[in-house]
Amino acid sequence: MVLFVWPWPSRLFIMLGVPTLQEIIQLDEAGLVEALQRGDDAVFTVVMDWYSGSLLRLAMAYVPSRAVAEEVVQETWMGVLEGIARFEGRSSFKTWLFRILTNRAKTRGTRERRYEPFGLPGSDFEGDEGPSFEDSLFVAEGSGKGYWIDPPQGWEPDTPERALLSKECRTAIEVAINGLPDTQRQVITLRDVEGVSAEEVCNILTISETNQRVLLHRARTKVRRVLDPYVRGGNL
Amino acid sequence: MDRNFKQQLMGYLTGNFSCQDIAELITDYLEGSFTLTQRLRFQMHIGLCVACRNYLRQMKYTVAILRKLPAEPVPPHMKEELLKRFRTWKHEQPSSGSSSDS
Ligand SMILES: [Zn+2]
Repeated sequence: MVLFVWPWPSRLFIMLGVPTLQEIIQLDEAGLVEALQRGDDAVFTVVMDWYSGSLLRLAMAYVPSRAVAEEVVQETWMGVLEGIARFEGRSSFKTWLFRILTNRAKTRGTRERRYEPFGLPGSDFEGDEGPSFEDSLFVAEGSGKGYWIDPPQGWEPDTPERALLSKECRTAIEVAINGLPDTQRQVITLRDVEGVSAEEVCNILTISETNQRVLLHRARTKVRRVLDPYVRGGNL
Repeated sequence: MDRNFKQQLMGYLTGNFSCQDIAELITDYLEGSFTLTQRLRFQMHIGLCVACRNYLRQMKYTVAILRKLPAEPVPPHMKEELLKRFRTWKHEQPSSGSSSDS
């Protein structure tokens, strides 16, 4: 249905507010690209609104400050305008957009980032990790080998809601994500926070599927570990 | 059916996965990169082990929480600036893109 509506002034159905932008983009990406090429203010406004937060979040996984991340996002949109005439839809618009961002952010990141070893001494986020970095959670020797030292507790079914309502807990999650090694942070930001498919994450970050899963696994494991004390025993 | 066979079958199905194996493979499982046999073995362990069942649930909740983190706020001045630049860009385009924004 949206397909029929598209050529109409986009402002009209944006006002009607029926399909979400995500639906529009999924259903009619060619229409979206065509509207941007033609210079449609309303479509640009909505698309920019929709994606800039995600772009900003990802940019912060490359550069040291929010201010620089904002500049990277601005540059990304300029890159979109430069390239939109030549966009042929070989990848999805979203993948293309995030690729522009990662290219610009990498350039800025290497220029600006003060390099420091991953994690601080004594923090949970020890560096780039051997093959089995969960070792510390399990019995290493003897008859109980491979069993939990401290078996995981059940989290109540309303845990996600409660965790998200607690400012303290949200802050702890953000801090945990910020403290991850860059590549892990990029993967978890795209895959989990932004909900991008695994395949697209691989395309955006140009990493293999296996690598994507390993990085995602480590990142998720660390975030879970940070969450646990908040959630355990009804601390929220 | 004799007991020996049953035990063998159970051993085969759970594939001797330890709890640590489960923890290490959990993302592969959640991301759907397992073969059917691996999947069955994993699920068999999860079915028999409360701790790992809890852990799996914790991981699912962790993902659910991440997915719902509030969006990164975009400062209004940045949006205004971008729209301004978009309009400038539009006017610099060759005439083929006639102004359709009435
Ligand atoms: Zn277990």
